[in-house]
Amino acid sequence: MKDILIIGGGAVGAFVARKASSYNLKVSVIEACQDVGDVTSMANSAIVHSGYDPVPGTKKAIFNVKGNRMFPQVCKDLDVHFEPIGSLTVALNDAQYQMLLPLLERAKENGVPAELLSAEQVKAMEPNISPKVKGALLCPTAGTVNPFTLVAHAMENAVDNGVKVHLGEKVIGIEEKDGIFVVHTTRRDHEAKVVINCAGLHSDEIAAMVEPIDWSIKPRKGEYFVLDHYAKGLVNHVLFPLPSEKGKGILVTSTTSGNYLVGPSSEWDDDKEDFSTDAPTLANVKEQALMMVPNIPFREQIRTFSGLRATPSTHDFIIEPSKKYPNFINCGGIESPGLVSSPAIGEYVIDELVSKVLPLEPKESYNPKIRPYLHPATMDEQELNALIRKDPDYGIVVCNCEKVTLGEIKDCLSRSLPPQTVKAVKKRTRAGFGKCQGGFCQPKVVMLLAKHFGCSPADILYDNQGSEIIAKEAK
Amino acid sequence: MEHKDLVIIGGGSAGMAAAVAAYDAGIKDILILERTEFLGGILNQCIHNGFGLHEFKEELTGPEFLTRFVDQVKERGIAYELEANVLSLSKDKVVTYLSAKGKTEIQAKAVIMAAGCYERNSGAIGIPGTRPAGVITAGQAQLYLNEFGYMVGKKVFILGSGDIGLIMARRMTLEGAKVLGVAELMPYSNGLNRNIQQCLKDFDIPLYLSHTVTKIIGKEHLEAIEISQVDEKMRPIPGTEQRFDVDTLLLSIGLIPNNSILDQAGAIPSSTRGSKVNQNMETSIPGVFSCGNVLHVHDLVDYVVEEGRQAGAAAAAYLQGKEGKSEARIECVPGNGIGYVVPSWIDLEQAGDSIPLKFRCRKPSKNVYISISFNGKEIKKMLKLAMIPSEMEIMKLPKNLLDSNQGKLEVSLVAKGE
Repeated sequence: MKDILIIGGGAVGAFVARKASSYNLKVSVIEACQDVGDVTSMANSAIVHSGYDPVPGTKKAIFNVKGNRMFPQVCKDLDVHFEPIGSLTVALNDAQYQMLLPLLERAKENGVPAELLSAEQVKAMEPNISPKVKGALLCPTAGTVNPFTLVAHAMENAVDNGVKVHLGEKVIGIEEKDGIFVVHTTRRDHEAKVVINCAGLHSDEIAAMVEPIDWSIKPRKGEYFVLDHYAKGLVNHVLFPLPSEKGKGILVTSTTSGNYLVGPSSEWDDDKEDFSTDAPTLANVKEQALMMVPNIPFREQIRTFSGLRATPSTHDFIIEPSKKYPNFINCGGIESPGLVSSPAIGEYVIDELVSKVLPLEPKESYNPKIRPYLHPATMDEQELNALIRKDPDYGIVVCNCEKVTLGEIKDCLSRSLPPQTVKAVKKRTRAGFGKCQGGFCQPKVVMLLAKHFGCSPADILYDNQGSEIIAKEAK
Repeated sequence: MEHKDLVIIGGGSAGMAAAVAAYDAGIKDILILERTEFLGGILNQCIHNGFGLHEFKEELTGPEFLTRFVDQVKERGIAYELEANVLSLSKDKVVTYLSAKGKTEIQAKAVIMAAGCYERNSGAIGIPGTRPAGVITAGQAQLYLNEFGYMVGKKVFILGSGDIGLIMARRMTLEGAKVLGVAELMPYSNGLNRNIQQCLKDFDIPLYLSHTVTKIIGKEHLEAIEISQVDEKMRPIPGTEQRFDVDTLLLSIGLIPNNSILDQAGAIPSSTRGSKVNQNMETSIPGVFSCGNVLHVHDLVDYVVEEGRQAGAAAAAYLQGKEGKSEARIECVPGNGIGYVVPSWIDLEQAGDSIPLKFRCRKPSKNVYISISFNGKEIKKMLKLAMIPSEMEIMKLPKNLLDSNQGKLEVSLVAKGE
């Protein structure tokens, strides 16, 4: 019997689990994919939003602003790359400039530092901005984060503090018996006193397993371009156009890895599993982005992708107990600004909601810090050479494009939540994320995984069940 | 900091040929840095034959060809380090690399870049549809098969008629896979004619010219692809879609010089995504040379080693002070019908008696003159019965045809009769 069962290992599930692990509780997480943070938490703009634009008083506004304030410490504790580069919401004509004024007011109301900049100030900060720029709203507390390690490290920290994670397990039904929930999955049954639904795109389906609900999730697709990291200084802030009812618009930003991200589109989708991209949508993303930054070097494109926002029918995050059961807590509709909100949501769910149904006793051994990762790329020569003398694998480069060493991959595999798939290795270490997209290093990663898990390379998955890379041994 | 006369980045065919040539010209203090576990570069996975017809007057496999060069390197006692990954090159020729020894900096007097190329992949062209397992580059499939012994699929379609894709069509067929077809965006093939014959026609594998993949279908693993015919502007024509149920899509859609180290060092980039070089393969950074597929993608390894030797000999001359200083130079540009020209510059005072010009035509052409003009005046003209973009042309230009050390040299195609 678990005290808490968390359904879903995305950003929200990971931070709920991490917070729960600070108390003396038996906690498990079930995740349908073969890795944590593998759906919406992975395919988004990776922005730590300042919180200037959600409607004041909404859960989006409250959790965004609180989450933003938590981010520097969270990223320090979890060894996650966070770049507080600030955002500019850019006006390209006079009408748009007028629209910045109410946004400035809204920022103030939300308690978010913001400042209106003139065209000249924007041009000085962003040499590549469109000459049509009329001004911008600067929000210095916005930033970018590595969304892959954010979730992986938060969950690893939770596991270090005693949480159990079950990957590749899908919920197929939930029953309530005498105040206890029995959660049936594709692998086994779990009994728990409290269930927390963090199932992202599928949170409405999970919620509906215990009672009829009056909200739903409709996926809204966003398609992106990723550019390589050789065009230095293209943009220095997260550049947003003016927000509209369709969302925050098509942004241009650097990422924590020095790449550039252009997108997302915003289109309703009927299929929660549709991660395809299409040419007309991407052409439109390109066109919109070029209006803001006319010289984006699209020849440096190394990848296109799409993600699905878990858009709720209520237009706000749903973070509350179910109507019938105070011990079944829904976290649904966590679309943007969900990533930045997730640490704040984790705290709220445990300290304000779970506390009403379970006694919370702080765990003495709880350590909010992850075992530090080693970063050979940013070490000085002396430090690096001392490390390589101790472990020569840190001198062997596996991924040439991103300069990922064998030592880093082996370190990941030695941890409490080791990557099981090629994509999980890619998300944690960046091996395969570069311009050759794993052309040279993927076979090496497959062989390393097979050796580590003692299986055949033919059993190694790229991502989820069915994504085998190798069909068979050669003749 | 360690010191070396010559550091060569890349121990493939270009790097080894350059090392041997520099050594034979009198430079003994050489270090080859190779990022993988073996010398030989991509030839290690090219177990098919067809290499060496020009170089050795016989047909060798990739490993046989590279072994001859490894032997030459070893006979001369030229130093090399394996699993040595170059991180950066500075303008004053400090090479920084990472290996199991640690992070090492070497002050080189001359550097030859010979890091090869990588494959254009699905990310770079953004094929519409999903991004499942089973969509991989042809060279990656070749690596899995020839170096590790694993087949990536059983029912295969190939996008792009580049040579690696053609070679893999045959290789996977011989391993028992069914290759359903090859789609080529252009109205002509981008592979060598001999590969079209030996790898496709001999196995009855259809080649769909003016076609591209317009959709990738499959959630976790590839299930099917859709191809469409394209119009003259290479836009898919609605209504021409054909579906193929396959578990593997191989991409053979071009190679890109792996030139980020020279780009970051500040060498002037060229239109081939390599660096601009002069007739001695010297980049805009004095004493830094470039050769092989990192400079421009070659069709035959025989030409790669020839270019490597040219760079090696030039680096030796530079180190021996035989190369003088000269500011004046001739700009070489592609004219009508030509995609690019190597070198980008000619410095007449430093040039030998005959200057090799390398270029490719933009589209297949028959009965054309290759015309070389200098400062607006035609200085050489040669009739070609047929030219195709997949074959690199080499034309030796006698130095005495150039009557000035500055100006513009243009290579263009002129239809016969014009």
